[in-house]
Amino acid sequence: MHLAYPAVLSVLLFCTGLYGVLARRNAILVLMSVELMLNAVNLNLVAFDVWLRDALHSGQALTLFTIAIAAAEIGIGLSIVLMVYRNRGSSDVDRLRDTAEGPDDDSSDDPDAAAPAQRTQKAEATA
Amino acid sequence: MNLAATTQGFLSPTGVEIAFILVGLVTLGAAVMTVTTRQLVHAALWLVVALGGLAVEYLLLTAEFIAWVQVLIYLGSVVVLLLFGLMLTKAPIGRSPDADSGNRPVALAVAGTAAAALVWVVVDAFRTSWIDLDGPAQGSTDTVGAILFRHWVLPFEALSVLLLAALVGAIVLSRKHAKGSETGSATDSDSEGER
Repeated sequence: MHLAYPAVLSVLLFCTGLYGVLARRNAILVLMSVELMLNAVNLNLVAFDVWLRDALHSGQALTLFTIAIAAAEIGIGLSIVLMVYRNRGSSDVDRLRDTAEGPDDDSSDDPDAAAPAQRTQKAEATA
Repeated sequence: MNLAATTQGFLSPTGVEIAFILVGLVTLGAAVMTVTTRQLVHAALWLVVALGGLAVEYLLLTAEFIAWVQVLIYLGSVVVLLLFGLMLTKAPIGRSPDADSGNRPVALAVAGTAAAALVWVVVDAFRTSWIDLDGPAQGSTDTVGAILFRHWVLPFEALSVLLLAALVGAIVLSRKHAKGSETGSATDSDSEGER
C-alpha cells in the first residue's frame, strides 16, 4: 500500500479536528474535535509502525497508550465541563471570559459594579 | 523500498488500497459532518461513524488488536461518555443555530492552510514509499501482547497509575459539595457512576 494514503488521511482528519476546535462553541463539541485529532495521530503511528516493521512495535504500543490517555482526558474534560455547567448554567466556551483581557473587558474598571450573583458564582467556582 | 517502488505502479492500486481509499472517504466525510452539523447529538453519532471507519483502516493496515481496542474504548466508552455529557448539560435536541462561534472564517482559513501545507509536505516526502503488507500480521494480539509485556511494561504500569488518578480526579471534580442541598444528589451519583 502506498504510504501517502494513510498519511494524507491522517493529515485531513487532523485539520478537520483543528477546524472543529477553533470553530465550535459548545465545550463538548470541542472535546469531540480533540478526539478526532488524537485519532489522526493514532492512524499515523500505526501506519508508520507497519511501514518501518519496528522490532519493538513502538508505534502500536504508543497508539495503545494514546487511546488510554484519551479515555482519561475525556473523563476529566467532561467532568470539568459538567462543573462549569453547574456553576454557570452554560457550557459555551465563548462566554467563559472571566480571565480574559481585552478591549471589551470593562469589569476591571469598577469592580464594585459587578453583579453580586456573578461574584457568588466566581466564589463557587474557586471553592 | 526502491525495489518495492519499481515493482508497484502508482496508478495501479491494489484491492487493499481501493478499500482503504473508500473507507477513508467515508471516515473523512463523517469527520467533516461531526464538526459541521448543527445538531449536537448527531455530531456524536457521526463521530461513531468516523471512529468506526478508523477501526476498519487499522484492520486494513493489519493492526487488528489496535482496531478492536479502538472499537471497545472509543466506540464503547468515549462516545457514550460524550452522549452522557451532552444529556447532563441539557444540550438542545434539534438544530441549535449557535453551535458555531463567530470565528468560523478564521478557523476555516487556519485549517485549510494547515491541510494544504501538510498534504503538500507529506505527499512530497512519501511519494516513493510503500507499505509491505505481506507476511504475518504485524499487529496481531499475540505480537502486541508480547511486545507490550516484554518491552513496554514500565510505561504500561505508569499508565495504570495515570488512569487511577484520572478516575479519582473525575469523581472529585464531578461531585457536589457536602454542604449543598440534596436535590441534585440523585443525578450527581448517576454521573459519578458513569465515570
